[in-house]
Amino acid sequence: MSELLPIDSLIKSLGAQATPVRRLLSPGRRTLGWTLVVVALAAYLMWRHGMGAMMQRWQLAPLVCCADVSAFVTCIAAGWAAFALSVPGRGKSWVWLPLPSLLIWMAASGWGCLRMLIAPDAQAVALPESADCLVFIVALSVPLSVLLVLMVRRACPLRPVQAAIMIGLASASASAALLGIFHPINSAASDLAMHVIAVLIVIGVNAAMGGRLLQPR
Amino acid sequence: MPGLTTAGTMGLYIDFPLRASPRSHVSDDIHSSQEQASQRRSAWMAAAQDGDRQAYEKVLGDSVGLIRAVARRQGVAMDSLDDVVQETLLTVHRVRHTYDPARSYDAWLAAIAARRAIDHLRSHGRHGAREVHDEFALDMHPDVGDATTQTERAQEAARLRRAVAELPAGQREAVEQLGLKEQSLAEAAEQTGRNTGALKVNLHRALKTLRQRLNGDS
Repeated sequence: MSELLPIDSLIKSLGAQATPVRRLLSPGRRTLGWTLVVVALAAYLMWRHGMGAMMQRWQLAPLVCCADVSAFVTCIAAGWAAFALSVPGRGKSWVWLPLPSLLIWMAASGWGCLRMLIAPDAQAVALPESADCLVFIVALSVPLSVLLVLMVRRACPLRPVQAAIMIGLASASASAALLGIFHPINSAASDLAMHVIAVLIVIGVNAAMGGRLLQPR
Repeated sequence: MPGLTTAGTMGLYIDFPLRASPRSHVSDDIHSSQEQASQRRSAWMAAAQDGDRQAYEKVLGDSVGLIRAVARRQGVAMDSLDDVVQETLLTVHRVRHTYDPARSYDAWLAAIAARRAIDHLRSHGRHGAREVHDEFALDMHPDVGDATTQTERAQEAARLRRAVAELPAGQREAVEQLGLKEQSLAEAAEQTGRNTGALKVNLHRALKTLRQRLNGDS
């Protein structure tokens, strides 16, 4: 009997290990799970701080409402993109999914900030308070990023850095949206700058760390 | 490739619409059979996810050609294709739970194969960059003394001796006198008692026979 070629032998060996596997949930269903986690955190913060302050701010400055909602949409879209990018064979154009809501979020925050500079009728913000925003966004982004990394690693991210950037954006935007629930101040240049810095820190750390954490096995 | 075929077909048969028909049927048939093969692989992989060993072996066996094609397209050398195939098959085994039976198996596999081919090229590039190639050192220190070279030379000498021994007597004589003992034609003629013309002919035939035996039917 002739000896099997290495590839034939490998196929036989893998065939012998053909145990049933639990299929990965679709990116849409995994996004639903991620959204439920964020909604649960939002519900906790609303129960803790009440919705009054948030509703009052939204009435005073509808752009803040727009910024908060688009941050929430960005967190869902970026999460969906991360899950889709982690499945082999899905197109890399998923990376653009969070872009529209991200632009709206940045534009609404920036416009609110500009209005403050022209007509400063709202509460002024001090730098230390803005620094608290940065700490909150970065601190909450850590466990959210860890959760997303664990969820994405269950798949096979063939584009680990892109997936990690999406994870960073999803967790940072989720933290920013959650911050909006009890944020005591209105838009201001220093506040916006801190938000942008916080989001960039979270995305950067994820890109640097997550790229390695998500390397295909 | 399909684009090229379509354009070529249109260009060739634009004046002969009656002849275009069979070609387009052939193209349709090929496309249809490829589609069927792709669907078959998807079904096998879905069964493999449920633990069907036979289906799993079939889909892995059927994937080898596709992996090779993807690896070649990425620029992997022919002698490294098997390495990429093996790496891809191992990855497929590890992440087979990520395949969605509602989607194309070929696209799923091609993405994994492309990634593995790129990984292979990168690691190969790094390996090559670490190795120093010094042509001068290579020329100055040929592998004359190592065991492999000595063994090969001994084997070649033994083959040559056997081939000379199997030559007809006249040819063997010419080789021994003119080639191995390095005698002149006149000396060899005197030793063997043959004329120089016969020695030349025998030597020529002997060399031809040896060349055939050592190179042709070795």
